[in-house]
Amino acid sequence: MFGLGGGTCSYQEITETDVILLWGSNAREAHPIFFHHLLRGLDNGAAMYAVDPRRTSSAEFADVWLGLDVGTDIALSNTVAREIIAQGMHNRSFIDHATTGFDAYAASVEPFTLPEGERLTGVPAEAIAEMAHRYATADRAQILWTLGITEHHTAVENVLSLCNLALLTGHVGRRGSGLVPLRGQNNVQGGGDMGALPDRLPGFQLLTDPQVRARYESTWGCELNPVPGKHLTAMFEAMEDGELRALYVIGENPADSEANVAHARKLLEGLDLLVVQDISLTRTARMADVVLPAAAGWSSSEGTVTSSERRVQRVRAAVPPQGDARDDVHIISELAQHMGARWTATSAQELWDEMRSLSPLHGGMSWERLEASGGLQWPCPDDDHPGTEFLHGWLWEPDLDGHAPAPFSTVTHLPPAEALSKQFPLRLTTGRVLDSYNTGAQSAGYSSPIRSGDAIEISPADASDIGIVEGDTVRVSSPRGSVDMDVHVTDRLPTGLVFTTFHFPELVDANLLTNDAWDARSGTAEFKAAAVRIDPLPPLTAAAGGTSGPAVADRASGTAAAGGAGG
Amino acid sequence: MTRSGENPRPAAETALVTLSIDGREVTVPEGETILAACTAADVETPTICWAPNLTPVNVCRVCVVELEGSRTLVPACSRPAEAGMQISTDSERVRHSRRMVLEFLGSANDLSQASEIADWSRTYGADPARYEGSADGGGDLPLRPEPERVDEPVRIQDDLYIRAYDRCVLCYKCVEACGDDAQHTFAIAVAGRGFDARIRTEYDAELPDSACVYCGNCVAVCPTGALQFRTEFDLRAVGEWRPDDQAVTRTVCSYCGVGCNLELHVQDERIVKVTSPADHSVTSGHLCIKGRFGWQYVHAPAFEPPTTSVTEH
Amino acid sequence: MADLHFSDAEPTASERRAVLAALSVDEASDGAVVVSHPRVVRAGMQRRKQMRHQLLPALHALQREAGWISPGGLNFVGRTLGVPPAEAYGVATFYEMFRTEAPAHELSVRHVCVDPICALAGAASLAEHLRSQGHAVHEGPCLGQCERAPAVFIQGRREPDRVPADGSGPDSLLVSVTASAPETPSLLRHMIGRDHGHSESMSMEAYRERGGGAALDAALSLGTDEVISQVTAAGLSGRGGAAFPTGIKWRAVADGEGPKHVVANIDESEPGTFKDRLLCELEPLAIIESIAVAGLTVGAEHGWIYIRGEYPLATQRLRYAIAQAHSAGWLGDDAAGSGQPFDIELRRGAGAYICGEETALFNSLEGFRGEPRNKPPFPTTHGLFGRPTVVNNPETLLNVNEILRIGPEAYRSVGTEGSPGTKLFCLSGHVGRPGLYEAPFGITLGELLGLAGGVQGTLAAVLLGGAAGSFVGPDAGELQLSLEDTRAAGTTLGSGPVMVFNDTADMSAVVERLAKFFRDESCGQCVPCRVGTVRQHELVTQIRRTGRSTEPQRELLGDIADAMGDASICGLGHTAASAVLSAMQLGLLGDTAS
Repeated sequence: MFGLGGGTCSYQEITETDVILLWGSNAREAHPIFFHHLLRGLDNGAAMYAVDPRRTSSAEFADVWLGLDVGTDIALSNTVAREIIAQGMHNRSFIDHATTGFDAYAASVEPFTLPEGERLTGVPAEAIAEMAHRYATADRAQILWTLGITEHHTAVENVLSLCNLALLTGHVGRRGSGLVPLRGQNNVQGGGDMGALPDRLPGFQLLTDPQVRARYESTWGCELNPVPGKHLTAMFEAMEDGELRALYVIGENPADSEANVAHARKLLEGLDLLVVQDISLTRTARMADVVLPAAAGWSSSEGTVTSSERRVQRVRAAVPPQGDARDDVHIISELAQHMGARWTATSAQELWDEMRSLSPLHGGMSWERLEASGGLQWPCPDDDHPGTEFLHGWLWEPDLDGHAPAPFSTVTHLPPAEALSKQFPLRLTTGRVLDSYNTGAQSAGYSSPIRSGDAIEISPADASDIGIVEGDTVRVSSPRGSVDMDVHVTDRLPTGLVFTTFHFPELVDANLLTNDAWDARSGTAEFKAAAVRIDPLPPLTAAAGGTSGPAVADRASGTAAAGGAGG
Repeated sequence: MTRSGENPRPAAETALVTLSIDGREVTVPEGETILAACTAADVETPTICWAPNLTPVNVCRVCVVELEGSRTLVPACSRPAEAGMQISTDSERVRHSRRMVLEFLGSANDLSQASEIADWSRTYGADPARYEGSADGGGDLPLRPEPERVDEPVRIQDDLYIRAYDRCVLCYKCVEACGDDAQHTFAIAVAGRGFDARIRTEYDAELPDSACVYCGNCVAVCPTGALQFRTEFDLRAVGEWRPDDQAVTRTVCSYCGVGCNLELHVQDERIVKVTSPADHSVTSGHLCIKGRFGWQYVHAPAFEPPTTSVTEH
Repeated sequence: MADLHFSDAEPTASERRAVLAALSVDEASDGAVVVSHPRVVRAGMQRRKQMRHQLLPALHALQREAGWISPGGLNFVGRTLGVPPAEAYGVATFYEMFRTEAPAHELSVRHVCVDPICALAGAASLAEHLRSQGHAVHEGPCLGQCERAPAVFIQGRREPDRVPADGSGPDSLLVSVTASAPETPSLLRHMIGRDHGHSESMSMEAYRERGGGAALDAALSLGTDEVISQVTAAGLSGRGGAAFPTGIKWRAVADGEGPKHVVANIDESEPGTFKDRLLCELEPLAIIESIAVAGLTVGAEHGWIYIRGEYPLATQRLRYAIAQAHSAGWLGDDAAGSGQPFDIELRRGAGAYICGEETALFNSLEGFRGEPRNKPPFPTTHGLFGRPTVVNNPETLLNVNEILRIGPEAYRSVGTEGSPGTKLFCLSGHVGRPGLYEAPFGITLGELLGLAGGVQGTLAAVLLGGAAGSFVGPDAGELQLSLEDTRAAGTTLGSGPVMVFNDTADMSAVVERLAKFFRDESCGQCVPCRVGTVRQHELVTQIRRTGRSTEPQRELLGDIADAMGDASICGLGHTAASAVLSAMQLGLLGDTAS
């Protein structure tokens, strides 16, 4: 936010806040230990509003669940904003002091009256108004989100729309108030921090900034290509255009995890060269020309990862890698040697020291400090700096401590890329469950007593309309493909919405259904909104297994082999 | 009550209180317990139901100390330290009550896997045999009836952990970890009353049918092995559980982005148990099912092609 | 996956109806989860927390309807109140009156007391007789009817609970030494000689004619500080057994921040004690008035009555009195014209001795297992729902009415310097006229027994203070019954039970039963009491079997007693060995062998 890609708050602050908007996040299952902190906040009296198309297990802990239509987050946030402004509950002095663009923003949300918000989102006006009032008038308030916000073709605008609410009310830059994107993978934050973004170098420094580049070039002794690279989705576009012919995949399983995965597989198959470096033989790895077996980074390697509260922490080797697997650093260094590079830094600590000499955010995080502490939160510019609990305190400082004011963003409500139709009348959304993870490369390896497999969840009314019951096997079809799945009927879904997980792609190829329409700014595909149809299967077809329709018992046994590490 | 490890920042301007532990002056921050004061005074205090990451329930009573002016002994684990308190931790009364608590537990439970309690029992001279029929030395008197013990079969209902309630001393830690001290799942509670009180799901339903989400936080806090990871249980069954041969390495969980610290307990190059440091600000020692149990793929044979059901389809 | 996870068991239609009626809630709009619109659901932790205290009434409703707490019924209660089923099960299994296994019959259950006085009076053969007549019988602890032993209480199945002796037998005997002098305190003044069966005597009008309402008027005109200073000056101490100075308690709560509570602890379950039952049955409006006095004095908004589940008549009359107090304006948003809100809610216990312990009572009332809390913090700062709370026994509260009626000086005109005022004594066992006796503190045991018609036969022992008290021998006739004198003599008055045994009683059986009582009634929370009461009972059983005790046995009993007394959480454990030890010293448990 406001130039730094990290959540503004520390976990501790959620225990001290007054109002929580949990928006597009089922943290109870996807981020269980963060949710412990949140629960302590609720125990301490915080009120929580859960905004989610599904009544998730997180929403059970909410004072109010608002079940919006999939893909109407901007309509809802704009309605909330308009109501706050209409009631005069916005923080005028903060807006004047710390922001720009308020008038244009206010004008842009003006059409989003409560009745209009209700019409667009499906959430009753009273509930929207209540949430708006509670958020605006709270002493301290936080907005938390996850992929329910970002896996849309409007990903970036969705995020900006939530940032607008924080700017409108001054709920950012103060202890207990803030904006918190919960990271889905143990180092997705760290990957971004380290420059694994097409246009960034470590510490979120712009690749296109010549001064930044110069520092790296002098340290690394080589010239850097100043042209930003491609993010994942753009790479697939480039494969489609024939522009990208060779791919080196590290710890990602796109052959299972991509939306519209049939299409992705076709593109991967068409490459001249596919190199996969992973901890198990994922579907992507099985398609590869070269497979580089890697050690599990968290248990067989030294290094660091960064959490959702910007906390950099050490990972350490506890067990030797299996078989011929090697540490990622080792593999990449060896490759570099073969390419003629003379890299000197080969230990994790040496690499870290080099990085922190170039990234001011990490400058004060010596290896020794990381070893000794329970982790340090960036920014931590020098050795005496304790790390930073919450970001953007400057918003409240006189003269903004020299920063430029934070801009409001005018954001436009756009429905999901794929409209419902007569042929595909149901909205499919996807997500995680507690005991499983992504494409199962890790989580399929243990036997969970609460595992139920990838079923299609459906509301009782829709199930009854289609004529299916709990445990039936049905064919779920989108414009991109069909998958046979078992039915789970649940009153946690409103009518018109169906849901599935994607944890067992070898058994249920859920991403055959999902839509690869993507957000031009982040490259995120719209996993959260596809149009589908559900057809009952005649008993014989179901018994024969179809394209993929295994008995639940097989999945529940947890014997499904590794799927993929990525996703 | 502040929990240790909860707040990484030094509390601002905390008042201090000075009290006397066994005649020595000790100063601790206001709000700290007598137990913390004892620790600060280098006085070792036995505890069973206390844990740094749980709210003190003060039920085991093995930590009791003598407080001048108090009619009864007081639990060190939960009683806030107050200025001027005169505490004795090694008086005859204290030693007696501690010995009796340990003796009572020894007479009622299987403590064979509770090494810490066994150590304390030796220290305090607990003799559970005093309650057995032959111990009263009554010569011509008939033997006393066998003292009632907690008699429960081992419950093995899944691959992740077992429950052996004959070892359960009802310390409430598992209930707290499952409840509002951490997980808020409330799959288990104390049911029944008195000596018949037991840790139970509703109507003693099998664990997989209960609200249990298999975070294993109950297992992690159990002091007696009444709750035990299957890995440990299975290794013990073949005589291969060797804590002294285990290295513990701290790392970060490989799943979501919360950043939970894990302690990997490794024996013979294999992970045999996963815990989390109770004093870590992220976890307070608590994990979810993935962090606690999702490590097994690390030991799966590397790069075998997918097997079983996958190849069938 | 739902976090509040329930099994598939569903309630029967009648179970649903019974629970909803008991809670007087509309399932759709008042439950823990309210689906107000297909896209808006209200739930959450605060809502659950606010509903939890209705758990006990809901379980009572289920038990009465189905004869047990069925899985379907428990699920329904859990869903409605947002209570996890394991927790609700843990609560249900805590109480004597709730069953969690399906009964083999459709009958109401006859609870027969088997504690010492009823046992002497033939409880075992009564139970046998009832069984032979086809009744469902449950033998259990004291039912608080010791003056008319053996006691029976009928827990209704699809019918109201009732006590056969209520209304059928002669009125209980009430005697007051002080009632005839108007300027001396007397709790029983207006209760003696009245026809209690007539509902007119229970009316507000009749109560006012007897002088009712004066205490409330006085309290309002005097104001908080003056009331508390009079109570303090009168030297009133709690009559529930702990004898804590009432004025200090009230002062602390009056000084606390709201919201605050007043709780009338009518869970008297001490074997031998039945005074609160009679007070509530005979003058319920006085109890309500006294609670209102307490509430308005300390600035509490909420008054609660927690009454034993085995007291159906007292419960019914208190409910009627609450309704009348509402009509009279004593309760409500402007209680008694004070400008303050004050109301009273009544809750029934479900059979657990420990719930008479004040903090266990709070937990029970809040919908948790009735396990005592560690003190400090004390109820005056962290009581019911964690708020400042006055918790008093009805006898204590009625004494405040008396202090306000006659003033502290007149109040102190009876009793001793250390124990001013009167005490209610519950006489039972081998005396001429078992019943409730009011006498000034300091009356000798011999005088008291004389009032009650003297000992029948040859006195063997008197158990003062009930199971938690101690035995005194036949030579204790001169013992002055005051707090200080009994303390000096190493015994206690407790809540006032005086259980008399002549030489026909099998004293070792009495002692074994007392040991069994504690074994059964220990909540099980703390180790010294949970295991200590079992080991004590085992030892006493063994000693009784052999007819004499050995030195190692006596040493072990002493060790157990010391540990329970020193290291238990609450008063139950602290006193669980005192009767046994005193019996041992008096030789009631057989000879001693070396």
